[in-house]
Amino acid sequence: MPPLHGLEERLASWAEFERGPRPQDLTVRLKRVEDVPAAVAELCAAGMALASLVATDEEATADRDLKLRYVFEPASHSLRPLPDMFVTLLASLDPARPELPSIAVEVPAANWHEREAQDLFGIVFSGHPDPRPLVVHDGWPKGLYPLRKRFAAGQRPPVEPGEEFPHLLVEGEGVLEVPVGPIHAGIIEPGHFRFSTVGESVLNLEARLFYTHRGLEKRIEGMTTIDAFHVAERVCGVCSVAHGLGFCEAAEQIAEIEMPVRARGLRTLALELERLYNHLGDIGNIAAGASYHYGTSAGLRMKEAIQQVGERLTGNRFLRGLLVPGGVRFDLSAELARSIEAAMAATAEALASLMERIENNPTVIDRLDTTGLLSLPDAIALGMTGVGARASGVDRDARRDHPHAAYGTASDLNVTVVTESDGDVHARLNVRAAEARESMRLVRALLASLPSGPLRVPMPEALPPWRIGLAAIESPRGAAIHWLRSDSAGRVDRYHLRSASYANWPAVPLAAQSSIIPDFPLVNKSFELCYSCTDR
Amino acid sequence: MLTALLRSLRTGVVTIRYPDEPAQPPERFRGAPRVSPGAMMATLPQPSVCPSGAIAARPGQSRYTIDRARCLYCGRCAEASLDGAIELGRQVELSARKRESLVVEVESDAAGRAVALPGPPRGEEVAETIRRTLGRSLQLRHLDSGSCNACDWELTALLNPVYDVRRLGVDFVASPRHADGVIVTGPVTRNLELAVRRTYEAVPEPRVVIAVGACASSGGIVGRSYASAGGVAEVLPVDVFIPGCPPRPEAIIFGILLAVGRVAERAP
Repeated sequence: MPPLHGLEERLASWAEFERGPRPQDLTVRLKRVEDVPAAVAELCAAGMALASLVATDEEATADRDLKLRYVFEPASHSLRPLPDMFVTLLASLDPARPELPSIAVEVPAANWHEREAQDLFGIVFSGHPDPRPLVVHDGWPKGLYPLRKRFAAGQRPPVEPGEEFPHLLVEGEGVLEVPVGPIHAGIIEPGHFRFSTVGESVLNLEARLFYTHRGLEKRIEGMTTIDAFHVAERVCGVCSVAHGLGFCEAAEQIAEIEMPVRARGLRTLALELERLYNHLGDIGNIAAGASYHYGTSAGLRMKEAIQQVGERLTGNRFLRGLLVPGGVRFDLSAELARSIEAAMAATAEALASLMERIENNPTVIDRLDTTGLLSLPDAIALGMTGVGARASGVDRDARRDHPHAAYGTASDLNVTVVTESDGDVHARLNVRAAEARESMRLVRALLASLPSGPLRVPMPEALPPWRIGLAAIESPRGAAIHWLRSDSAGRVDRYHLRSASYANWPAVPLAAQSSIIPDFPLVNKSFELCYSCTDR
Repeated sequence: MLTALLRSLRTGVVTIRYPDEPAQPPERFRGAPRVSPGAMMATLPQPSVCPSGAIAARPGQSRYTIDRARCLYCGRCAEASLDGAIELGRQVELSARKRESLVVEVESDAAGRAVALPGPPRGEEVAETIRRTLGRSLQLRHLDSGSCNACDWELTALLNPVYDVRRLGVDFVASPRHADGVIVTGPVTRNLELAVRRTYEAVPEPRVVIAVGACASSGGIVGRSYASAGGVAEVLPVDVFIPGCPPRPEAIIFGILLAVGRVAERAP
């Protein structure tokens, strides 16, 4: 394995190595939990970046421990072309005293992951710079950890009196604190934003999320693959295909099922239609943020047209119901292919016209340029992904770097990754438009050369026990990392989804701090992050 | 400016005429599952095929129920049933004023065939004050109580040029103080329960509560847990339940009009 040459030697005294979860992946089993920061430093020095952190409660197994799996992926330019592999750093914790050093100062991307494991598993990350609760809010009883196995799923603990949203207080002459949300003025998901301002300038913004935490990762435990799939498909409405696919690929990996080529092609088609309607709607939403209502209407109409085509293909406007573990449920008819083709032609024309109108409208461009700046070093440090990362110059896309579905299986299914360097709202708009065009190209390529073959292969009702599946899917909002493990009965023992929005949210307050308050909706819309797949 | 105007004129009217003209879902649309009249009870699928637990068959009793509020409209029950014992309807107008009206039930006759049981009496008529005060212009405050955002995006779609719900006098407003009611998506999470109650209390009376989607109507795939109340009715008095995962835009329009008595409930 050339890219990580020498890593095993450097970690040899602290760890044992094994292949997995996938054949090309590496798992590094640390002997002592205290060595986590040093091992993480070695991985980062080797050009790897933290993709996910998965906590599991294995107290009832022979290991009698809590485990943390730090999942790393190749990220540095020195490793290009990025190899499709994950390195899992595995640490075992004593359930009676689950404590270890935090890595959040050195690796900002670990900040939320550690706070989540603290809230849901009771793991203490000593030295964490901001150990406030993240997922559980005011009134959650101390010492109760819902993702520990002994916590019964149906429990509804009483609300206990406690401090209301502890946050950084900005003081001084003329400083005004503006609370916004969780219920917003428009039709948007709930989150709370606390702005500290002087005049119109934002000095500090604190975002509080996880209002829509539905306990889905707990809910899914003990479910059969097929039932669990329907939950994964509903973690997020506008990423239904991407999240459903991630769960399917992880489960199919565990079951050692090879996906037929036609099913792969149809899954890819659905994934690109999903990306397309999202990007088109989001272009309209950026126009809304800039008070350009013609653009809002045009964006919403394009989105609607693609959702209607999606409903003809899948029976659902959010493309739910097409995927199933083991393949797809519906085929593409010649008539459907023609209606998708027609929608592509109409959309290509409408998008070109809208983008031209935006670019030639100085009052709109004035709102977009230099607004909501995010630098490349910040985007890398936060572990950002998707449109927001690429608009700041991060050249990564899971369709190319962790090929899934049918990407890379034919030359015209290689994805051209689009990047911009300005890192402002305008750059994020341009990346979206370019990616929407690339999605249309991919859709046409798929329609032109969809291979024939079966749609489904039999999926065993029970998975082989105690196996791990790991999949990275490029959702409309960026790479989502799915981690799944089967239990002794072949049902779901643990499923963890690190969505793209989860990785990207910490960037929003950072980008907003260079702006004025009236620009916040525009900055927020330019990232267009999802609350429900962050909060789960 | 002029080219934008010309383009708009060339495009013409894209708005649908629902409810004056019926909704036209595509061929693959999956509507409400129902037991085919006269189907053999033995050909009905096991309740465990339903990923959201919407199907119940009480052992020892020859009854079989499907809860359309909990249903995800995934069609697995129809796929798993023999001889088309469960078929999927094509009607989008499934909204009901009473939660019980969304549970359909069949019973076995002596020959083992399914016979539909009469549902509970239809929900009471809309109060005269609601019809008179809100029946023409209805301003709603959207309340996301922990949805997956699919229902939210369908509410947004109601404002796009295709559905344009404002043509019916319905609009979404920024403040509960300006609203005639709340339209709620999501199962009411623990972290939002206080905000849900406070928003509702801020709406002046008379007011309506509309629950949109499987999660809001029944808890749906989320259920009741440490993080979820298991449906809006656990927290607020619901006037109309709109089933679906998510319901189509026309289904939501129908439910909104039903809440203020502008349309009549349709038979299941």
